Amino acid sequence: MLERTAAGLRWLGKGVNDRVWRLGFASRFLLMTLLYSGTALRRFFLTIREIYFTGALSLVIILVSGLFVGMVLGLQGYDTLQRYGSSEALGVLVSLSLVRELGPVVAALLFASRAGSAITAEIGLMKATEQLSAMEMMAVNPIARVVAPRFWAGVISMPLLAALFSAMGVIGGYIVGVKLIGVDEGAFWSQMQASVDFREDIMNGVIKSFVFGVIVSWIAVFEGYDAEPTAEGVSGATTRTVVTSSLAILAADFILTAFMFRGA
Amino acid sequence: MTPESSSEPLVQLTNVSFAYDSRPVLAGINMTIPRGKVVAIMGISGGGKTTTLRLIGGQLKATSGQVKVAGQDVAGLDSDELYRLRRRMGMLFQFGALFTDMSVYDNVAFQMREHTDLPDDMIHDLVMMKLEAVGLRGVARLMPSELSGGMARRVALARAVALDPMLMMYDEPFAGLDPISLSIIGELIRSLNDALGASSIVVTHDIQESLKIVDYIYFVSGGQIVAEGTADDIRNSSAPYVHQFVWGEADGPVAFHYPSLPYGEEIQAVADHA
Repeated sequence: MLERTAAGLRWLGKGVNDRVWRLGFASRFLLMTLLYSGTALRRFFLTIREIYFTGALSLVIILVSGLFVGMVLGLQGYDTLQRYGSSEALGVLVSLSLVRELGPVVAALLFASRAGSAITAEIGLMKATEQLSAMEMMAVNPIARVVAPRFWAGVISMPLLAALFSAMGVIGGYIVGVKLIGVDEGAFWSQMQASVDFREDIMNGVIKSFVFGVIVSWIAVFEGYDAEPTAEGVSGATTRTVVTSSLAILAADFILTAFMFRGA
Repeated sequence: MTPESSSEPLVQLTNVSFAYDSRPVLAGINMTIPRGKVVAIMGISGGGKTTTLRLIGGQLKATSGQVKVAGQDVAGLDSDELYRLRRRMGMLFQFGALFTDMSVYDNVAFQMREHTDLPDDMIHDLVMMKLEAVGLRGVARLMPSELSGGMARRVALARAVALDPMLMMYDEPFAGLDPISLSIIGELIRSLNDALGASSIVVTHDIQESLKIVDYIYFVSGGQIVAEGTADDIRNSSAPYVHQFVWGEADGPVAFHYPSLPYGEEIQAVADHA
């Protein structure tokens, strides 16, 4: 019995120890990425190329998802609001839900699945096929040349994608609420304009999506760089990117929302 | 930093040992790569050949002993100094390691763009010159995925010599090639070495091709140098390991069987349990 408890504790200790060590390694990796960002920022075309691959190519999934989320919000919001006779507030409900919460969070989850996994797989495969070693042997730092441009591309793309997600969501809510259900168009837009605050609502949403961009990009580049250079290793790293990013986004969202919460 | 002298060997390994965690890979090897020569490091897979290349390139650090390249102790260099030294080295990886998101042209131009301020038209001329040297000027606009294995290896060779290195390292350059490509790569290794006035290290287990092109051969087994000499010395060697390797014998000092329990005991153990 005592032996089994000791073995269990050892297993637990080793698990915690490994994770703390890995977190430390990932933090050091982030620091190195920031330190070696000179190339990515000075030769900005390297970052722009990655913005195209991570940001521009994610546009379809972000815009279509945003439209559908907004349309669902329109339906569900109307259903609830009309019970209290305030269906004209639909515009406020749709826009606040999107800019404060759903836009940054859902866009970040989609971004982690679409672009984060692609970044991890690409860097992991570059490692497995010795492209990163070849770069090192050519006296070119792979963190500066490969990792940093992808990291900054993610950080820059994320707030823009979240903003587009929210904008499409508002259009979706408008189509369903105003065009299909018949909520008053003037009330829909004017109440939205009166109630959505630029600093408290929109800027807080932008801050959230920026933080999520850092989290997803950091996890994606780290998992790729740290992947075992085998088929199973790259596949495991890609899965870890999506799972870890999703959990980290939701946890960070709670923490940020708690800080931004104004109370009554 | 020790000043570089043209009389001393380009690469010198003195009592070098290396271990991955607690698994020893190299145990006190001494090796000399003279300037202008092509030297082969041979031995069975997992014998420490590629590790030796990585120690010379500074990708790994020796557990003990000293690796000197061009008069500099590689382990004592900081990252800037190491990168400066690597600009004078070229390495051909086993499967080429071409950047798959760039065309052949951009792969060969990569180092020139990263390390020099040369104008585009001059880079164009240099890239074409390097591709002409490996006979592949016609594939400049293709992507690596459109090349055969042998062509990819030749493009990687053109990329490795882009900045006219003083030291070329080849990691299994003959692996998986058809006889024609194999012969082309062998001839290129020799001719590029002589044209550049460089020194070359070829890690390989292709004995027949290597004997045609190299000046000196080290045999590494179990982390130690078990034989060395010129191509003729190796052909005429009576050392059991070299004999087994040169003639491709299945059994000898390198045993056919992985260490295990005696066969009878293994069978009996299962029978006793039944």
